[in-house]
Amino acid sequence: MFKKLSMAAVAVALSATSSLAATEVTWWHAMGGELGKKLEEIAQKFNDSQSDYKVVPVFKGTYPETLTAAIAAFRAGQQPAIVQVFEVGTGTMMAAKGAVYPVYKLMADNKEPWDPKGFLAPVVGYYSDAQGNILSMPFNSSTPIMYYNKDVFQKAGLDPEVAPKTWAELATMGKKIVDSGAAACGFTLSYAATWVGLENYSAIQNLPYGTLQNGFGGLKTEFKFNGKEQAAFWDNLKKQQDAKVFKYGGPGGGAETAPMFYAQQCAIYMGSSASRAGVINNAKGFKVGFAPMPYDDTVTKDPKNSIIGGATLWTLNGQKNPDVYKGVAKFFTYLSKPEVQADWHQFTGYLPITNAAYELGQKQGYYEKTPGSDIAIKQITRGTPTDNSRGLRFGNLTQIRDLIDQQFETVLSGKKTGQQALDDAAKAGNAILREFEASNSN
Amino acid sequence: MVENRPFLNFLTHLVLILGVLMVVFPVYLAFIASTHGPTDFMSGIVPLLPGDRFSANYGYLLGTGESTAGAPPFLLMLANSLVMAIMIAVGKIAISIISAFAIVYFRFPLRVPAFWLIFMTLMLPVEVRILPTYKVVADLGMLNSYSGLVIPVIASATATFLFRQFFLTVPEEMMEAARVDGAGPLKFFRDILLPLSRTNIAALFIIMFIYGWNQYLWPMLITTEPHYYTVVMGIKRLASVLDGDNQWNLVMAGVILAGLPPVLVIIFMQRLFVKGLVETEK
Amino acid sequence: MQTKRTVFHSRILPYFLLAPQLIITLIFFVWPAAQAIWQSFLRQDPFGLKVTFVWFANYTRLLDDPDYLNALGATFVFSVGVTVLSMGLSLMFAVAVNRLLRSGRFYTTLLVWPYAVAPAAAGLLWWFMFNPSVGIIPYLLSFLGYEWNHRLHTGDAIVLIIIAAAWKQISYNFLFFVAGLQSVPQSLTEAAAIDGAGPFKRFWTVVFPLLSPTTFFLAVINITYAMFDTFGIVDATTSGGPSQSTNILVYKVYADGFIGLNLGPSAAQSVILMLIVVVLTVVQFRWIERKVQY
Repeated sequence: MFKKLSMAAVAVALSATSSLAATEVTWWHAMGGELGKKLEEIAQKFNDSQSDYKVVPVFKGTYPETLTAAIAAFRAGQQPAIVQVFEVGTGTMMAAKGAVYPVYKLMADNKEPWDPKGFLAPVVGYYSDAQGNILSMPFNSSTPIMYYNKDVFQKAGLDPEVAPKTWAELATMGKKIVDSGAAACGFTLSYAATWVGLENYSAIQNLPYGTLQNGFGGLKTEFKFNGKEQAAFWDNLKKQQDAKVFKYGGPGGGAETAPMFYAQQCAIYMGSSASRAGVINNAKGFKVGFAPMPYDDTVTKDPKNSIIGGATLWTLNGQKNPDVYKGVAKFFTYLSKPEVQADWHQFTGYLPITNAAYELGQKQGYYEKTPGSDIAIKQITRGTPTDNSRGLRFGNLTQIRDLIDQQFETVLSGKKTGQQALDDAAKAGNAILREFEASNSN
Repeated sequence: MVENRPFLNFLTHLVLILGVLMVVFPVYLAFIASTHGPTDFMSGIVPLLPGDRFSANYGYLLGTGESTAGAPPFLLMLANSLVMAIMIAVGKIAISIISAFAIVYFRFPLRVPAFWLIFMTLMLPVEVRILPTYKVVADLGMLNSYSGLVIPVIASATATFLFRQFFLTVPEEMMEAARVDGAGPLKFFRDILLPLSRTNIAALFIIMFIYGWNQYLWPMLITTEPHYYTVVMGIKRLASVLDGDNQWNLVMAGVILAGLPPVLVIIFMQRLFVKGLVETEK
Repeated sequence: MQTKRTVFHSRILPYFLLAPQLIITLIFFVWPAAQAIWQSFLRQDPFGLKVTFVWFANYTRLLDDPDYLNALGATFVFSVGVTVLSMGLSLMFAVAVNRLLRSGRFYTTLLVWPYAVAPAAAGLLWWFMFNPSVGIIPYLLSFLGYEWNHRLHTGDAIVLIIIAAAWKQISYNFLFFVAGLQSVPQSLTEAAAIDGAGPFKRFWTVVFPLLSPTTFFLAVINITYAMFDTFGIVDATTSGGPSQSTNILVYKVYADGFIGLNLGPSAAQSVILMLIVVVLTVVQFRWIERKVQY
């Protein structure tokens, strides 16, 4: 208590001479463990680089907990200046126009340098409005890639340097792996029914996920993911499961998927490119190969870029001291510096968000030294993003993902066909979209 | 014990040993995990024997730990948890025992509505009312304070209900005797009811201490300053790893360490579990 | 509602005694809860920037949803399963400990300690134990020829969440059963023994009825526990799957409201959940409590 009082007294004393004190910029984030340490280090280095502003990172739990904390604080007028929000919360944040201070505006208002073209297009595309203005500062982005067990490939009589390029090849190789007894299962997917298995499948095959450019065009969007191609893909996964080639590891991120790969039960694992360090650490006693996501050659001969996941930094409106926003802008400028970005990207495995950071990495020879680290970058930058591969912009996406997971499980247990399940998911999902539209337009 | 029957004694121990095995196994597993490397739990069937990383893992946690990541040292977190858990447990028991006393030993208007009002606090998930509760606490200026951590969670339907149940079993004669002796309600409460409630207070203290000790979401929500960090928040921070590379071993070591102070509380409180207490006092 | 046959007489004292509890309840529970109920009639975005009053729209949508009715059924099976399993086992352990003098304390410590495991970690431990690829239990079951997979088999998933949720509550129930047994006068059991009643008969005719206030207390507490406090365990183990078979009401509230931030509909869900439990509790107080011997 006394400590708090005395701190308050100090704060009052300081505010009288505020030109001397550094302005505090609070930053709520969801990064625990090693990532959290790195994040603290970035803030510390920024604070050391100048004396006007002090960025104060505060860990607020998981992504959903952090977002809820920020919303609770906003409703009570206690919001932080910066909050880290995961990509499925993007729809919610973008619709909350009065609550967020778009980053492009923030930078312009505070006369900080801002070059949208300097960022990797697929990264910022995900977080831009229909006019192409970037609304939040990209921070940690990743995209799914394929990890495979080279030793198992060898045992099964496959070339360990050649990963399957298409889903058809994957099925053949998987069958060979299972039949030869090299592993009990061919492949497993994290986010099997959502980020990896449906959202990225649709993007790579250039199939629409929803109307109005996947929701970028407005709140009236409707789901289109129940196309015959996606339905055939789900039926195929069910067929692979029956043949023991595919193994399901749970809804959401699929808590059981990575362990199946680490325990050498499944020869192939598809998951976030940012898991690379974790996969290498956990892959004991076998060599890991890295490859891009397979594409479906029955649908396309020209696979598009994959889409990203991860989180961005949102600036919240309503700080009493306008200097805080100047500090936020300065911090974002610092964050976009090639050295800072390259360091963060190389330490964590997240994508570099600027072209300059990627080029710096190339100059440093980082990608030769660390095989597999540039697969994700090449995969998201191949070709020109189309309306179907730019990203997703749907409200209440968390709930919608839940119900798609549930429908996928009915396919796996043989209760529904892929088409029935996707139709039902689209129908229920559209109802949730209408709800979101209603609560965000009046 | 009423009599000695060898078979029944054997059965008693058998039931208890099986029970302990069943209840303790998950905790044992946590301990085993805390003595291995970070990846041993992921690459093959979970090991059942201790590994060789005991001192490394626990040493790390008690030493450098997370102090490089904005969290305070382990001992400060421990102290915070202790203060919070004791204040919550004592507070809950104190205000609940007097409300149960009022409800059972007095007749007054609004007695039944008051009981139901208290009882209803069991029935709305915290997650639903968390946004409005946060607002109340913020409006009262209680963010970032020990009072904000403790007071909002100190009302207890459970404890009030338990004491009500217990008071109803206390024989009527006791109170009649007290009244014959001219004892007022407060004297009766202090000299008779409180000593009789010893076992229940001890049981509740254990439960409420652990409840307070394990608080996580609420402290995380209403504090932003690291010096309010509790042990469970620290563990959560360690465990909250995105995209893969979890350090299960450290998380589990944290779980075990965080579980030790409650054990001391259990052992200490058990001294109040004196068998036959009721007879000797009657 | 019961009181003592004879009571103290004071106009003001009982209000003073109740005041701290009531004030805290009113400020930190009733007021926020009233706002949560108010929210169930609103449609709004999470930040509270656009708010519309929609009457019962959130409720009617919910009751039209077949998934919601499905969740009701799952909740019923789950709550009954958890309550019966954890109370049954705890009572058995408590009676056993109560027979012992010295070693009783040792067993008590071991049986209560697991309660101290942080709930967040408890879910994780069960996830480890039942993990189809690295878990010990699926591994052991495979020797019996059973292929455990709670990600695909509905039955496995329900069994898993019942066991995990009941485990968490065993220590709690055990502790209060022991406390309850401590207050059963030995003179009564001794008298019954002299009358020639065997240990099991003695338990059912003498001890168990005297334990009924504790049993009643625990029954109410366990049902509310199962209904309100178990989303963490569901989240860590099955996430409501497969195909919604373990999507109990409180997990749905948690997923839609806390994670999904869909405030109006999730507030409506929790109001319905609350009504169910209030009705259940009133019924218990009206009918079951009559059988309780005070």
